Amino acid sequence: MTESSSPLPHAKFRCRGVNVHYGMAQAIKDNDIDIYDKSVTSFIGPSGCGKSTFLRCLNRMNDTIDICRVTGDIRLDGVDIYDTEIDPVQLRARVGMVFQKPNPFPKSIFDNVAYGPRIHGLASNRADLDALVESSLRSAGLWDEVKDRLSSAGTGLSGGQQQRLCIARAIATQPEVLLMDEPCSALDPIATEIVEELITNLGETYCVVIVTHSMQQANRISERTAFFHLGELVEYETTHDIFNTPKDERTIGYVSGRFG
Amino acid sequence: MMSETTMPPAVSVHTGEAAKKRMKKRHNAEKRLRAYGIIAISLAALALVALLYNVFARAVSVRTEHYITVAADISKDENDFLKVVKTAAREAFPFASGRTQKREVYGLFSDGAADDMRDAAEAGTLEAGSGIQRRFLLSDSVDLYLRGVFGTLEEREPEGALTLSEDGKTVLLQSTAADFNDALGLVKAGLAQQSERLRREAERQSAGIETLTARLPSLEGPELDDTKAQIEGFKAKRAQLSGQADALDATIMAQGGERLKLTNRMPSFFVRSNDGILKLTEVSSTTALGKPLIPLSGTAAGAWSLLSLDRPEIGRPVKDFQVALVEDLRAKDRIEEVTNWRFFTSSDSTQPEIAGIYGALIGSMWTMLVTFSLAFPIGVMAAIYLEEFAPRNRWTDFIEVNINNLAAVPSIVFGLLGLAVFLHFFGVPRSSPLAGGLVLALMTLPTIIIASRASIRAVPPSIRSAALGLGASKVQTTFHHVLPLAMPGILTGTIIGMAQALGETAPLLMIGMVAFITAVPEGITDSATVLPVQVFNWANASERAFDMRTAAAIAVLLGFLVVMNMIAIILRKRFERRW
Repeated sequence: MTESSSPLPHAKFRCRGVNVHYGMAQAIKDNDIDIYDKSVTSFIGPSGCGKSTFLRCLNRMNDTIDICRVTGDIRLDGVDIYDTEIDPVQLRARVGMVFQKPNPFPKSIFDNVAYGPRIHGLASNRADLDALVESSLRSAGLWDEVKDRLSSAGTGLSGGQQQRLCIARAIATQPEVLLMDEPCSALDPIATEIVEELITNLGETYCVVIVTHSMQQANRISERTAFFHLGELVEYETTHDIFNTPKDERTIGYVSGRFG
Repeated sequence: MMSETTMPPAVSVHTGEAAKKRMKKRHNAEKRLRAYGIIAISLAALALVALLYNVFARAVSVRTEHYITVAADISKDENDFLKVVKTAAREAFPFASGRTQKREVYGLFSDGAADDMRDAAEAGTLEAGSGIQRRFLLSDSVDLYLRGVFGTLEEREPEGALTLSEDGKTVLLQSTAADFNDALGLVKAGLAQQSERLRREAERQSAGIETLTARLPSLEGPELDDTKAQIEGFKAKRAQLSGQADALDATIMAQGGERLKLTNRMPSFFVRSNDGILKLTEVSSTTALGKPLIPLSGTAAGAWSLLSLDRPEIGRPVKDFQVALVEDLRAKDRIEEVTNWRFFTSSDSTQPEIAGIYGALIGSMWTMLVTFSLAFPIGVMAAIYLEEFAPRNRWTDFIEVNINNLAAVPSIVFGLLGLAVFLHFFGVPRSSPLAGGLVLALMTLPTIIIASRASIRAVPPSIRSAALGLGASKVQTTFHHVLPLAMPGILTGTIIGMAQALGETAPLLMIGMVAFITAVPEGITDSATVLPVQVFNWANASERAFDMRTAAAIAVLLGFLVVMNMIAIILRKRFERRW
């Protein structure tokens, strides 16, 4: 950590010696990484390199896979999230997630966004809930498009709108961290552009971690980039450095398009 | 050499003659397959139509019942209504003489007639008084006769004029034309048959004689004498039979206008004249002897008609006297056909004309209620646990295999289990909807569990991820998202299971729901029967009138099924959303 000019940002996640096994196969090998608050961090790397697996360690989504075993130390604001005291359900309220394929619930747009606040009891009355839904949809840049049809099905929206609905849904829970697992891979370029702009804006308030296949995307939206290869965190630097002055042979090969 | 540009385009493997042939073959195969499909669906549709036609064509007869109107006296505080009916019957037909005729008069009336009056008396709608014309329910056999089940009664205008002359108990009829030829022809045909039968019998004697004669040379001593005596016996029998046949033939051939006897093995003939009905007992072509069944008002010559009933008296429960009574009443407009609500409002009875489906319908409803309220929650919860919460290990595999096997266990085995466990061990009341519902719930459970698991598994994992990612707990995820999405499939499985349970008979026989129960069950512990068992019971009953009631009960069962499925489909539509 040698940034000179900007003040050292707060490390939201501090991960040390993280290993992930699927049964006998090791998916993540002894990774150390600090993820900073109020910024966008990208995970890049070829398919099967473990970037999504690592992302899912951060909100313990891997718990839902029977054969998956996570070891090592992952601290959110200094607290070990794999501690037995920690309730993964509560953790996931703090660490929201957006998935690769838009997956709105087969309910109305309003109910989609209101679901998180409802189960966590974030709104004491209907007016609060309405306000929260509106602000979440506004943050996701979807409000103007859907304000007249909040009661129609969320699944009836276009792909890009659905993904923004999922982002709004994640925001409505008022998380501290937003994990995004290739959020634009199922979207067309125009929708991608809108969502990317949205992610950039979100980076100003949240700690955003995004897994992406597109190096251009990582370059456009993130401040820091981590390059994973075969379960190993090869290089983690500012995005500028990763793409312009990569140090590791494998990073050079990947960002220059020689493999991956 | 510009060989490449000058050469004709090469024939591709996809355009040549062989390719066309292959293509044709493929198209033919597709056409054939489509034809098979159409044939299959037509056969299935045909089978369904045949089934429904068979059931409903017979069931429609239940929609009406027949009443007779006669005068009856009822005092204010009458309570023996059977006696009222009997008295009314006796007074309505005073000419009935002898035990047989009197019994036949009573036989017109259903036991339900007295029940109806008792019900009316209890409801306070029975009008007391003497000489009031009242409606009485007719018995099942008369009802069937009126529907033409026991042959068709034909009335024909005769050609000649009739002269009547009383001759003791009988009446001599003389027509100026050969009006009785039909009857005579039938008598003769009957005699001819009889004669033929006698001759066949005689031939059999001849065959016996031949066999015995052939055996003679090999016999000796007393055995020989015995056989000879036997042969003589056969010969005597043959001579007797042939003689009888000859006599019959002579009678048939005789042209002398001798009257021949009609027996109860021949169709019945009646003459209606002078407000009375005569039954013909002897006929020649122009004359007949008649026995008055309904007394004549006199012997004046006048309008008359000939009636014939093709079914012989011996082959029907409605006797000639009853036919005469009914036809007389019908001519006087005292027999009514009215809509039969009784079938839907009364319970089982030994008398088909007052037997109804209501008790079984309510029994089925209670049973289905018990079945549903046990099988549905238990089945769905088991499916949720196995699919969403249980770890995958040897135990859950073992449970899964066993559930799948349970679905294939013959239903009667569940009945045995119910008998042993619920009735004997837990002391659940026999024949009760509770016992039936428990057994059927056991039977339905595997179906519901299997369908629910498949349906839960079909919910996209992305929905679970989305909910979990938002911080919903496993239980919240399951109940807020997975279950509603799986509900259409779960309900489909439930419909299948419940429909199966509704039509199930075998296990219920084991726990006593086959008992004859006339009371409508008021709760799940009362004795009851259910629709399929009622169908089974009626189908086994000997009275003809239960035939149409069996068909009607099947129709009601099908209706129940349709209603149940409709409710499930409406519920399913409410859950059905795309994602």
